[in-house]
Amino acid sequence: MFQNGFSPRRVVVTGMGIACPLGLGVEHVWKRMLAGESGIGAIQSFDTSTLPAKIAGQVPAGTRADGALDISEWIPVKDQKKMDRFIQLALVAAEEAVADSGWAPQDEEGRCRTGVMIGSGIGGLETIDEASRLAVQGKTKRISPFFIPSALINLASGQVSIKYGFKGPNHSVVTACATGVHALGDAARLIALGDADVMVAGGAEAAVCELGVAGFCAARALSTGFNDTPQQASRPWDEGRDGFVMGEGAGVVVLEEYEQAKRRGAKIYAEVIGYGMSGDAYHITAPAEGHEGAFRAMTAALRSAGVTPEQVQYVNAHGTSTPLGDDLELEAVERLWGEAGKGLAMSSTKSAIGHLLGAAGAVEGIFSVLAIRDKVAPPTLNLEKPSRESIIDRVALQAQPRKIDVALSNSFGFGGTNASIVFRAAP
Amino acid sequence: MSDTAEKVKKIVVEHLGVEEAKVTPEASFIDDLGADSLDTVELVMAFEEAFGVEIPDDAAEKITTVKDAIEYIEKQKGE
Repeated sequence: MFQNGFSPRRVVVTGMGIACPLGLGVEHVWKRMLAGESGIGAIQSFDTSTLPAKIAGQVPAGTRADGALDISEWIPVKDQKKMDRFIQLALVAAEEAVADSGWAPQDEEGRCRTGVMIGSGIGGLETIDEASRLAVQGKTKRISPFFIPSALINLASGQVSIKYGFKGPNHSVVTACATGVHALGDAARLIALGDADVMVAGGAEAAVCELGVAGFCAARALSTGFNDTPQQASRPWDEGRDGFVMGEGAGVVVLEEYEQAKRRGAKIYAEVIGYGMSGDAYHITAPAEGHEGAFRAMTAALRSAGVTPEQVQYVNAHGTSTPLGDDLELEAVERLWGEAGKGLAMSSTKSAIGHLLGAAGAVEGIFSVLAIRDKVAPPTLNLEKPSRESIIDRVALQAQPRKIDVALSNSFGFGGTNASIVFRAAP
Repeated sequence: MSDTAEKVKKIVVEHLGVEEAKVTPEASFIDDLGADSLDTVELVMAFEEAFGVEIPDDAAEKITTVKDAIEYIEKQKGE
């Protein structure tokens, strides 16, 4: 495959963008997160009376100036109906990330060396739901010509490429809740291997609709005991946790080949130094014993990064607030870090924004980069009484200033798919 | 301008996101109003819905301007 021989190139993060339940904009969201604010609330966008879970993390509605979303400020009305909300959120996050990076190739070569890899766990579920309702009523002729391109997962990458003229690799990831990390890791590899010099990469999700909530309720995956106190519902590792809280949003980063970034004087947030993947081969929704798949993904990521566990000071956990998953992930991290776990901070930012499914890994990757930049571990909200003790500091309730040079972020998905990515402070 | 013409114009403005002044009878959806082939399919569906008429594919293909649409709909409605 690589007949001419090659050595992998270094990859850095030069732009970031977020739309999530804490609002729009990386700095706005990060400030709120460090302050311990929560973006979880009662679902207002549809009737939840027949559903056991009635809460979610939704991108707040409002004006751009207030860090909230009025989609008409971002996408012309006539184009909005051509894309499901997950694609709209991807475009919002991509706009911030691309502008932040300052990357605007003026020639064809530059455009052809810039690719896009934005994934989604579920894609245009609400769009599919609406179209199927027409079909059930016998109104197939009323189904929009934009139905399919609005619902397809890879259209997030497609729409971003069309908007900016980025003609490099156009790809998409679909690995349930591991999507975001896979997108960042795979995109970094495309740059490392020479397929592109710049990749706009991330994840987007907007499955907080009747069908989406009903589906996860049926799988008994969601928190149902905190409908009256939504901000307490996402409580990773706490003994009172009873399932995850669905969230929506998008995280997009601009990844760039290091020498090019340096040459053009780009602001470099961090370097992507490691990436590891594994499969559980165990169960469609439950993690394997000891989360051994997660253990192997983290081990592979650290190996490719060339760092030992003691050199990693922060882990952004998958930590969804489910009774089974949280302690198994903790067990895998304890096993891998051993005694070095004493110096480790591990938190779950899902405690503040819920579980963004296919967008989670991308948004949490950005939080990991910010943890390195600002030398602070974001908090695990609602961790009042851990279901078990650990030598690992899980950053309960309040952010902690810490020396963080290397951070690892985990994401695991249904089907038994695991991914870990490692960032280091800017070279 | 007839009621049908007014209504057609309004639908075109809404669906294609263009200024009202640009929606002249001679304006071509694709050449003048920035529509692509999927936009025109959707536009025809919107006409069908709004006027309660059926526009078969072979007829829809011939509707390329605002005037074409108004004339076809008026004929269907026997106006």
